[in-house]
Amino acid sequence: MTRETTHTVWQGQVRIPVVSQGTGPALVYFHGPWGLTWSPFLDELARDFTVYAPRHPGTSPDAPEDVYHLDGLWDLVLCYDELLTALGLSEVVLVGHSFGGMVACELAAAYPARVRRQALLAPLGFWRDTDPVVNWMLLDPQALRARMFRDPDGEAARAMFGAPPPGESEGGVAPFGRPGESEGGVTPFGRPGESEGGAAAVAARVAQTWAMGVTGKFIWPIPDKGLRRRVHRVTAPTLLLWGKDDRVVPPVYADEFTRRIPGARLQVVDGAGHAPHLEQPQAVARTVRDFLAARA
Amino acid sequence: MKISAFHLMPHRELPADFEQKYESVWVTPPWWELADAGRVGQYYNWTLDELIYAARAGFDGVCTNEHHQNAYGFMPSPNLMGSVLARATAGTNVAVVQMGATLPTSNPPLRVAEEYAMLDCISGGRLVAGLPLGSPMDVNLCYGITPLEHRERYREAFALTLKAWQAREIFAWNGRYFQLANVNLWPRPVQQPHPPVWVPGSGSISTFDFAVEHDVCYCFLSYSGARSAKTMMDGYWKVVADKGRDPNPYRAGFLQLVAVAESDARAEEKFARHVEYFYHKCLHVPSVWFAPPGNQDYRSLVATLNNPVRRAVDPKTLRYRDFVDRGYVIAGSPATVRDRLKEDVVKGLRVGNLMVLLQIGSMPHELALENIDLFAREVLPDLRGCWDDEGWVNHWWPESLRARPGAPRAAVPAGAGRP
Repeated sequence: MTRETTHTVWQGQVRIPVVSQGTGPALVYFHGPWGLTWSPFLDELARDFTVYAPRHPGTSPDAPEDVYHLDGLWDLVLCYDELLTALGLSEVVLVGHSFGGMVACELAAAYPARVRRQALLAPLGFWRDTDPVVNWMLLDPQALRARMFRDPDGEAARAMFGAPPPGESEGGVAPFGRPGESEGGVTPFGRPGESEGGAAAVAARVAQTWAMGVTGKFIWPIPDKGLRRRVHRVTAPTLLLWGKDDRVVPPVYADEFTRRIPGARLQVVDGAGHAPHLEQPQAVARTVRDFLAARA
Repeated sequence: MKISAFHLMPHRELPADFEQKYESVWVTPPWWELADAGRVGQYYNWTLDELIYAARAGFDGVCTNEHHQNAYGFMPSPNLMGSVLARATAGTNVAVVQMGATLPTSNPPLRVAEEYAMLDCISGGRLVAGLPLGSPMDVNLCYGITPLEHRERYREAFALTLKAWQAREIFAWNGRYFQLANVNLWPRPVQQPHPPVWVPGSGSISTFDFAVEHDVCYCFLSYSGARSAKTMMDGYWKVVADKGRDPNPYRAGFLQLVAVAESDARAEEKFARHVEYFYHKCLHVPSVWFAPPGNQDYRSLVATLNNPVRRAVDPKTLRYRDFVDRGYVIAGSPATVRDRLKEDVVKGLRVGNLMVLLQIGSMPHELALENIDLFAREVLPDLRGCWDDEGWVNHWWPESLRARPGAPRAAVPAGAGRP
């Protein structure tokens, strides 16, 4: 069973709910831009570790505006240092996905003494003009789904985005919009009037859209915020996992990490896109657990 | 009421298969395939001539606006256009309505305060200062401003601009987005305490609140006509009432596409393809780009997703008659246009500051001039008296021009625009 407790940092201004489960050494999991959903992958990690999964500031529905108290990435990293202190954890292992992978690596660079090992799942943090990271915030729901997952109709995609929509294609169709209309008439996802599935589905869409907006604060418009100038400080042994078919952050970005973090190891995951831990939870969890449990 | 001529400065000659072949008219249309600088120079000059012609024909104001990286309307610097217009309308009663320079993308935004002050000086106090938030395509996609910070940055820039115009003492601005140790604006505007401020929006509850709290004119820049705007504008007037402001119709501006001809049938013959070009090509933008996550604040996002407007229509499936029937475009004989504007827009939405778009999409220069001319002669004089019976003061119009209808024809220098 998971537990959720909220910790307040940043002079009482930022509330960070932390979902946790398991017993054993402390593992902190940072979720990606789509919000935190407890998943079988985290269940697996919780067999060997006490998993703490904080919700990034602003991504929980009861404190959506706390994010406005942060100016940028540096503030976010400091918040997480405060959170570790609040949790009573002086030293942890880190796992992070996508945006959360970048947060983990920033934390490992800022506080090398706090991070014993880290496993990064398709992390952001670098930029190559030749292989641009795809801006998922500008994709319509089907395009996002197709880019995120190796199998857009599979179980993992359904868990994140719900059942695939009926046949009608929206790709390339521009519903009626007017300049400046960000404000009301046009919904970020799909066409206006299309919400189906009742209040829970609407709440899920709000949460997911807002989570993208809030995490987008720290990476827009190019998710390279200077990690290359700080990453040399990382001392934690690092494992990178990348879906072989990642079409959001292409697997070539693994080179940026392995080049810069001495001894970093890469594991490419077959049958997965940008969320390898969701499409291949067992295999990825096994690799991550083995790596994190090893003695440095 | 006050009636102004609005212009987008669109690409007028996009290929017939544009919307099939390209992703978007905004952000990503390839310049080298689609445009030619020499020809574009012609567009800019046509645009200026059309607005000057409108000023000469009796409009109360001329409007420009800022957009980037697109073929839909590309005046990246509206103030360059506005300064030409300010000069060309010297000595007239025509307002220079900048709709306007976008604060969140101007860094520091003092640049907007300065340029507007210059325009107010050059025009002798005829500036209307539009202070738009800017579209997500322009601000977030083209200019790299973080969607979540877009509104915050705007609010800070807005406050800075108003203070910079009015402060008697040099001041320091220690903001979140802008830090300036010595703000001492040169020049200051002619109009005191500052030029009238218009804030364009599109129905966000946050912008309603902002506009009413700051006592500015809220302008709905719409391409889908009065009927689609009714609920939205009713929402605005409700906020006005709730916050204890008076229902002065000059608190509201509205943009309407208009095409006038000798008869309804002639209007269709003359304008149908240009209207279709506008809706099919000039608005060809992926819908998600209008609302990148974070651009709407949380409250508006929740409201939008919980109360989705009825299924939007894909304009590419509509033709001229649909656009007219739905009121997106008001087109036809002068009598038709007069009636529809009065009933649907002016009275229906309670609008005191009307803007009309008369050069639409691919409409060539000569035809745009005909449209402007017929509107000015046959429609505009009838609208001008609207609201006079209620006795409201247009606080959102340059004070020296409030009581005076647009330009005396002879007052505009000859050679500006074509007769």
